[in-house]
Amino acid sequence: MCRANQPAFHFLEAGFFLCNFLIELTMKQIVNKHPLAIRWFHWINFPVLGVMVWSGLLIYWANDVYKVGFGDKTLIKFFPQSFYDVFHIPFRLAEGMAYHFVFMWLFFLNGLLYVLYTIFSGEWKYLVPDKRSWKDAWLVFLHDLHIIKNKPSQGKYNAAQRITYTAIIVMGIGSILTGLGIYKPVQLGWLTAVFGGYKMSRIIHFALTIGYILFFLIHVIQVIFAGWNNFRAMVTGFEVVKIKEQPIVVEPASMPVDDQINSEEDIPQNDRDSIVIPEPE
Amino acid sequence: MANFVTNLFRRNEKLTVDEFIVKKTITSFFFLLVFFAACIWAWKWVRRQPSQNGSRADVHAPLRTVLNTNEIIFSKIFSSNHLTKTYPASAAVKQVRPNGSIGMRNNLDTAAWKMYVIRANGDTLALDLDDIKKLPKTDVTFNFKCIEGWSQITHWAGVRFSDFMKFYGLNAEASMKYLGLTTPDKEYYVGIDMPSAMHPQTILCYELNGRPLPLREGYPLRLIIPVKYGIKHLKRIGTMYFANNRPPDYWAERGYDYYSGL
Repeated sequence: MCRANQPAFHFLEAGFFLCNFLIELTMKQIVNKHPLAIRWFHWINFPVLGVMVWSGLLIYWANDVYKVGFGDKTLIKFFPQSFYDVFHIPFRLAEGMAYHFVFMWLFFLNGLLYVLYTIFSGEWKYLVPDKRSWKDAWLVFLHDLHIIKNKPSQGKYNAAQRITYTAIIVMGIGSILTGLGIYKPVQLGWLTAVFGGYKMSRIIHFALTIGYILFFLIHVIQVIFAGWNNFRAMVTGFEVVKIKEQPIVVEPASMPVDDQINSEEDIPQNDRDSIVIPEPE
Repeated sequence: MANFVTNLFRRNEKLTVDEFIVKKTITSFFFLLVFFAACIWAWKWVRRQPSQNGSRADVHAPLRTVLNTNEIIFSKIFSSNHLTKTYPASAAVKQVRPNGSIGMRNNLDTAAWKMYVIRANGDTLALDLDDIKKLPKTDVTFNFKCIEGWSQITHWAGVRFSDFMKFYGLNAEASMKYLGLTTPDKEYYVGIDMPSAMHPQTILCYELNGRPLPLREGYPLRLIIPVKYGIKHLKRIGTMYFANNRPPDYWAERGYDYYSGL
């Protein structure tokens, strides 16, 4: 663990840089963040969910009746006529259904394996909200909007991420169950009934899709703001954490003690596999 | 620089942190790109495949293979004991939404209409509406589901299909795998697996909302099969036959799932 090693480094490095009074001493640390399996589940889900949403739209467009409003007033119609005029939406119901009922297996299996993996690997501990998450998520939200300065301390995921990434799994389960209820409303009639009947199951199934679209947009924006180090972690698995030390004014008796860890993310709790290599040589 | 690049090919333990970061980043992104390329290649491969029947209106063969596999999987949970939810007749809509007139565009001589039932041995039964009506009448009010996505609670009455088979001694036929139906002009045709046809809520229907079927709803006789999407509820039955191989199906030839079971 890096923190445990620090005093030894101070001692050696301080000696090494005896003459370089004002050189900033940095240590790069590679911290494993996302296990390989989770990276695969994530990147497989991306095109698969894309095809599910696309084919779902082809199905929906065969009978596009949903709108949001109150009383006689319509706020949003899915979709406005202008949308059809621009995109020349063709009638491709059969094609949409075929792709939907092929890719549902990939969506289901990938999601199932992901959930099983997080359970058996213990990753769920970083993903599931805990008692603090509900309060902290609000602080993260205010922090992201630059309303407050400090965000609450966190592990691999912040409180808002924990809630969101768990919610998206619950939504996925909801999509599969409502989907099954729509697919086999007679043979699995009990399931259709659980979600309020055939029409309500379809509405929930559709609303969850809108949820995925919103999640996707926010997710991409957040990833852009979080920066390269965070994005790279979802591909390579590791994050690079820089440990900066204060410029050293060498007085053998006084070692710097107020180190601060400086990175986009704090060191994750599960840095058990981290390698620590000091530099410069 | 050259030194830096050659260093990347050394074992990880021999790399500096910076070299390790560069090496791992390059290899990981390479694999991600390969994965995306494979996805695109697989997508294009599927869309290059011809359909099983060679028709451009049908879906690509790999998709059809999965749809047929879905049928094998999901027909395992089929049971005649699973009934469609029914409603009181008063819950039925008054304005029934008709959809599709294929097979009903030619004039029909309603007085001369007969349903021809081709038996397994080749004999043909010619039945008129009274031959059907003399069997026990049954009715069903259920949420009729169009494959397009809309549904309507509608009230239908007629003769239970299984009663009809029993009454006319079509036992050998009932043990075959498929029921085939066509309109008198053969323009519209469906194939239905026998378990679904023999489901207790499947009826040969001659009444809608307590009145004789309107012409556009398939007068004189149509199929009502709540365990299937509307595409299988053939209107204006002309010929009924039985087969162990799949009878041709109008919409299955145009890319829809053959089974279309609910």
